Amino acid sequence: MTEENLIPKIGVVTDIRKDTPDVKTFRVVGTDGKKLFEHLPGQCAMVSVPGEGECMFSITSSPTNREFMEFSIKKCGCVTEVIHGLEEGQMITVRGPYGRNFPVEGDFRGKDLLFIAGGIGLAPLRSVINYVRDNRKNYGKVVVVYGARSKDDLVDIEEIRTQWVNEPDFEVYLTIDRPQEGWDGHVGFVPAYVKELGLDPNMTAVLCGPPIMIKFTLAGLLELGFKKERVYTTLELRMKCGIGKCGRCNVGNKFVCKDGPVFRMDELDELPDEY
Amino acid sequence: MIKINRTDLDRFFISISEKMPLFLPVKKAGEVNFGRYEEGTEVSLDVLKTVKSAKDFFFPQSETMMKFKKDGKNLEIVDVREEKEPFVLFGVRACDYASFAILDKVFLQEPVDTFYKSRRDAAVIFTLACGRPEESCFCKVFNIDAADPQGDVTCFLTAESLYLRANTEKGASVLSLYNKGENTDGKEVEEQQKKTREIMERLPFANLDLGKFKEENLKELFASSEWQSLSEACLGCGTCTFVCPTCQCFDIREFKTRQGVVRFRCWDSCMYSDFTQMAGANPRTTQLQRFRQRFMHKLVYFPSQYGGTFSCVGCGRCVTKCPQHLNIVKVIKKLGGNND
Amino acid sequence: MSELENKIIQRAAALLTEGKVKRVVGWRKGEFIHDPSPATFETADSLKEFVYNDYCGANLSKYLVDISKKEGMTAVFLKPCDSYSFNQLIKEHRIKRENVYVIGVECQGKLAQYKLEEKGISGITAEAYDGENVVLDTLYGKETVKKSDALLDRCFSCKGKKHVVADETIVLGEPVDTTVGGRFDKVRELEAMTEEERFSFWQGQLSKCIRCNACRNVCPACSCLKCVFDNPQSGVAAKSNADSFEEQLFHIIRAFHVSGRCTDCGECSRVCPQHIPLHLLNRKFIKDIDALYGEFQAGEADEGKTPLTSYTEGDTEPNQVFNATEEK
Repeated sequence: MTEENLIPKIGVVTDIRKDTPDVKTFRVVGTDGKKLFEHLPGQCAMVSVPGEGECMFSITSSPTNREFMEFSIKKCGCVTEVIHGLEEGQMITVRGPYGRNFPVEGDFRGKDLLFIAGGIGLAPLRSVINYVRDNRKNYGKVVVVYGARSKDDLVDIEEIRTQWVNEPDFEVYLTIDRPQEGWDGHVGFVPAYVKELGLDPNMTAVLCGPPIMIKFTLAGLLELGFKKERVYTTLELRMKCGIGKCGRCNVGNKFVCKDGPVFRMDELDELPDEY
Repeated sequence: MIKINRTDLDRFFISISEKMPLFLPVKKAGEVNFGRYEEGTEVSLDVLKTVKSAKDFFFPQSETMMKFKKDGKNLEIVDVREEKEPFVLFGVRACDYASFAILDKVFLQEPVDTFYKSRRDAAVIFTLACGRPEESCFCKVFNIDAADPQGDVTCFLTAESLYLRANTEKGASVLSLYNKGENTDGKEVEEQQKKTREIMERLPFANLDLGKFKEENLKELFASSEWQSLSEACLGCGTCTFVCPTCQCFDIREFKTRQGVVRFRCWDSCMYSDFTQMAGANPRTTQLQRFRQRFMHKLVYFPSQYGGTFSCVGCGRCVTKCPQHLNIVKVIKKLGGNND
Repeated sequence: MSELENKIIQRAAALLTEGKVKRVVGWRKGEFIHDPSPATFETADSLKEFVYNDYCGANLSKYLVDISKKEGMTAVFLKPCDSYSFNQLIKEHRIKRENVYVIGVECQGKLAQYKLEEKGISGITAEAYDGENVVLDTLYGKETVKKSDALLDRCFSCKGKKHVVADETIVLGEPVDTTVGGRFDKVRELEAMTEEERFSFWQGQLSKCIRCNACRNVCPACSCLKCVFDNPQSGVAAKSNADSFEEQLFHIIRAFHVSGRCTDCGECSRVCPQHIPLHLLNRKFIKDIDALYGEFQAGEADEGKTPLTSYTEGDTEPNQVFNATEEK
């Protein structure tokens, strides 16, 4: 029997990287300098600055990273604002891992994978993409379509430009919403770009981004012949406990924190439209 | 079965409360709620329903989970959990007792909630059979026998006496703290049970039809146009959720003190406007959506998650306490097709 | 169906059929006689669920804050005491008066189901009226209760049978005087207590509070878009009472905030699941305002100055308030 006392572990912020004007990535280890706990791609953790609140974030780093965990956090509310004000060496609390992961050792094995992300939506996908990179032989072709408002809002662009693009059988397509000086890449919204690219509908797709992007991208994918049973996404709802008890993230007969946050599109079809 | 005269009840309560804390229905400032027994306490066993249910004893309205000490960049977590001493919870009606099994499903399923479990393990529960069900009662709909609740000890109250039947060893050992009870075959009890069961059949809500509330109808029920009129008078207060024995949603919050930060959890209500509020979005912005969530959760989502068990025990507290008389019975009748 | 109820339904039906109003706000039948709910009716046909009986205590005024902003006219039935709340909300610019057609309805006092419970009456299966009495069939036999023994507390201090605002009225019978003693009797009783007695009275009452917010949410004077107690940034947001200080704080702050605007409609006490006599806190403020600034009834007028929102040179100095009330 596992007992969950909702009591977190203490983590130390050892590195802070400013990715975009409003996204920072925080590297966290335990007080002993080791990784706090193991997780699987797509799982989340509750991060807190005691006194300021606690929030659920997806763990951005790959499980294959044995030294530390990373969280890419966008400033969008009170708690994230405080987190953005943290300094290196500061202690925070972390509890988890929570929720269902992407089926990297199940349905994803041996498949061609398509990752589509918008803005901070790359954060949860980065964990899977890097897991796939580190276990390259287990998966087929990988295509990443990633868009943001502007070139400055592309999260982890450094890693994408220096590492991802050099992987074998690994295609990366970047786009920004509007033309911008110093950007010679694609311009346009993600859903339209996805349709333009004429992607192979036999790939298994993973979507993450703002609800409006998900909605239109999914419609585009279905038009291209993708099946809902092979399109995954990850949901975000208010959560407090992380273990399916507090009732916050209940949608239909599911708890996002426990039964999600990773869902297949056909599973979401079974739920009332309240996410 | 043991029989104690009503006139000796105080002596019985004293003999227990000398050994361990005893909580039972107590009348204070005009209302009956569970409270700790002390000599001179106004015990009120004849009132059928306490205003608040008995869930507080396992899932209190507010409880400290941990404390944090901050020192510059450093942080320390202070675990405030302590071993719970055994206590007796006396006078739990069949509906409230059934609610414990529902709360258990949530809190004792993996991963186990240790705050809840420690209290649950420490409790010795004395249930009290109902002798005078009220018009708002509908526990029968959920196959609960108000005339014979279980628990560590089952009690039956008649005009003159209290009858007690130990069901578990734990119960028997608490009962043995009082040695002046008289052994009896409990004929009077059987008579009372028969009467109660007859009344249960005649209650206005005895035959509510729950047949429609199935997972397969989830989307249809969710989309029903009836929610508009069912919810329109809802004030968005938390009365129904707070008097409900099965509502278990909670919030986790913190407050700062000079000694550090205290993190606590407290009851929350899905009826409140900020229940699902996130930094940038809220999936339920109307009272209709929140009202629907509460009843869909009790009647469809919960059974679908927990093997068909409804998250309602028919205690009828929402029926009597909703300021505008909205309640689960009206929902069941409107959506369940039983409109007569 | 009573003659009064019949008249009301007919009037509602006419207004809807003639297209004079788009909707009617009234009360919908419940499962029993004692559990009607506030409701909106948009068709004459839907009025078969309309009810107006002795248990229609709910004050409909606050619902108009939202409903009056909807497209089209809304007719609302208001009892005399509800009309004070409505007027007060007009004064506070919360209701769009031009969108509402007010029909004042007769009230001979409203009953409280819990008063029957307190008398040990339960298992009610049918209810009838016999003159001044309510006759109840219960699963445990017949019971007769004097209507005046089962009235809502507010009716004992009835402000009168006059509607302070109404575009028309439906009043058939002669008014019944339901008042018992003076409006401030109980307040005086509390004032006469020693500090310790008074503290223990309120502590006993307020310690029952479960912070369900029913009192606040039903209160026509509590019409803030975001209550300070719901605002996490306020530092006082709380969903439960952590200690006795918090439970007192909530109710006392609320009483302060509605003072000068509270019409004494009594909804707070009607809806409290623990039957805390919350109206007594408000009434203490009303009594003090009367004593310090001259008699004032909130909601009597829909415009004009009010004691606490206007300044005169002769106003009581804050440090004199306590002594001044002590002397009265």
